[in-house]
Amino acid sequence: MTSHALKRLTPEMVAEIEALAPRYPDRRALVLPSLHLVNKALRHVPLDAVVDVANVLGLPPAEVQDTLTFYQFFHQQKPHGTVRAFVCRSISCALRGGDELLEKLCSQYGIEPYGTTDDGSLTIEPAECLGACDFAPCVLANDDLLKNLDPAAAAAALEAVKIRADQQNAQRPQPTTHSPMEDA
Amino acid sequence: MPPFEPVLLEAIGTPESHTIASYRARGGYAPFEKLLAEKQPVDVIELVKSAGLRGRGGAGFPTGLKWSFLPKDHPGPVYLCVNADESEPGTFNNRILMEDDPHQVIEGTMISSYATRATTAYIYLRYEYPHAWDRLQAAIDEAYAAGLLGKNIKGSNFSLDIYLHRGAAAYICGEETGLIESIEGKRAWPRIKPPFPAIEGVFRKPTVVNNIETMACVAQIARRGVDWFRSIGVPADPANPRDPGSYGPKLYCLSGHVEKPGCYEAPLGITLRELINEYGGGVWKGRKAKAAIPGGISMGLMTEAEFDTPLDFKGPGTVGCMGLGTAAVVVIDETVSIVDFLHNSCRFFAHESCGQCTPCREGTNWNLRILERIRAGKGRLKDLEILLENGTTMGMMPGSTICGLADGAAWPIKNVIHKFRDEFEDYIKRTNPEGWMVTDPVPALQIVGAH
Ligand SMILES: Cc1cc2nc3c(=O)[nH]c(=O)nc-3n(C[C@H](O)[C@H](O)[C@H](O)COP(=O)(O)O)c2cc1C
Ligand code: SF4
Ligand code: FES
Repeated sequence: MTSHALKRLTPEMVAEIEALAPRYPDRRALVLPSLHLVNKALRHVPLDAVVDVANVLGLPPAEVQDTLTFYQFFHQQKPHGTVRAFVCRSISCALRGGDELLEKLCSQYGIEPYGTTDDGSLTIEPAECLGACDFAPCVLANDDLLKNLDPAAAAAALEAVKIRADQQNAQRPQPTTHSPMEDA
Repeated sequence: MPPFEPVLLEAIGTPESHTIASYRARGGYAPFEKLLAEKQPVDVIELVKSAGLRGRGGAGFPTGLKWSFLPKDHPGPVYLCVNADESEPGTFNNRILMEDDPHQVIEGTMISSYATRATTAYIYLRYEYPHAWDRLQAAIDEAYAAGLLGKNIKGSNFSLDIYLHRGAAAYICGEETGLIESIEGKRAWPRIKPPFPAIEGVFRKPTVVNNIETMACVAQIARRGVDWFRSIGVPADPANPRDPGSYGPKLYCLSGHVEKPGCYEAPLGITLRELINEYGGGVWKGRKAKAAIPGGISMGLMTEAEFDTPLDFKGPGTVGCMGLGTAAVVVIDETVSIVDFLHNSCRFFAHESCGQCTPCREGTNWNLRILERIRAGKGRLKDLEILLENGTTMGMMPGSTICGLADGAAWPIKNVIHKFRDEFEDYIKRTNPEGWMVTDPVPALQIVGAH
């Protein structure tokens, strides 16, 4: 099934996907876990990776692409920032300043919602309820939930997440089969 | 009323509440082991049926009854999908259970799997809960190590694997057949029913979908018994044989304009006013409440005058709300514009419609555009009629869509315009003095992207 030369998936990533295979009676169920795996490593899921995933799973690439495009979560054109911040704008957060928080953060970092800073360190995206309405308004930045924010506190908390993300990245082996063409 | 001792939340805030040692010390897993050794799966279904447990995920469907729809003597496999997509705005009780007492959820999943003869359970967890993911995975690992999961558990002929499956930030994955499609690796487009999941669910096999809190209730029913569960809540109306009652404790999520937002456990049937005042520390900043959502944004609003309504499965429906929903109460104070509220609601649903059904895809987007226009001072009274027309024609109830998302999008529109019509009209007339009476078609202001 992996007769194609893989462009973006490393042997380790393929092994991780295969390790999940016994959990499901149908390999198509591995699509979402595979997309997450790729997204975690590359911070986006370029088309080459979609073809790779399809090859590993034995599916037509269009099927994988079809699933991917349903979830706006997966960026395809270019990687999101090292920190991806979801700013909640649903009702409980909106009642405590969520929309204003989103606006202030974007203007502070000089980006539009869904945009990434030039240095690639931060992407800010509006989000619907993060399930943390007891801490409204809140932001999910990578794996950190930032709680009860005002704009100043939010910027400080985001900077702290950035520093942690840089430290983690320095420790993590970078993917080897990277084709620079892809990110253009 | 004696103070209510929390049960589902009994361990929250105690040290190491997420570990198997803590859970065992509270009596956890012994009920599962006992049922496994002494009872047949049908007995467990009977137990849950007689407790009167109704699903906590939003629809309030009786859990034991749902399980009994599975085909008898099916060669299998049967699947249990535990719904941890928790994305209804205002709702966060599943998160607290998974993060701080994951074993309670896991034991409930084991017992429910045994009852339904499921040999694989998938917990579909929303992407936004990384901490819950870690805690659940650690709890599952501990359970395997303790011989509570895997092949031939405790020497029985029952085998069970539990796997976590991560979502990707889409509300529709909480709809049970959207969830099933998503597990299968497809776009989360809800299926036309029938067939219902009990007959043909994930991987085309019989499947039960249940909420995380429902799982926790199953664990507590097994531990404390049917009589305990039925001693809490609102009994069935004896005059109405079709009323299943509202038994048991409930996790109410309280947020918005209250002093102490949080997740509080109370008997089903507590009133909104009691919840706000006795648990939430009252409306924030000493202000007055204007209204509150009783159970997630899909349910519509209860006005302040309706706050003495009991929050059981029946109560919110008596004051024009869709139902109890997820029991997520969001309080809005007197300073909030009802136009802003409805705009927020419409924006949510326009973003989350999966796009499959035209009335929902187009309806939610047009509703949002109309609200944008009203907020921009270009509203007309006619817009309220258009909104109401959309609100009464989109959804499963009027029969125009595949799933209930459209009903949830429509309900707040009908409900809020009905209850706050004067405020809408005042706003429109005040902000658009020249054009509020115009009835000709006008252009939209802004194009909004579909999901
Ligand atoms: C649009 C939509 C979203 C839903 N989201 C959730 C959810 O996030 N969690 C949940 O448990 N149920 C959700 N439900 C209800 C499920 O379809 C299903 O009824 C529920 O998971 C069954 O579990 P229960 O019987 O234990 O309540 C949703 C329903 C709809 C129509
Ligand atoms: S009602 Fe809306 S969300 Fe549900 S299937 Fe149809 S388009 Fe999708
Ligand atoms: S509304 Fe923002 S976390 Fe729920």
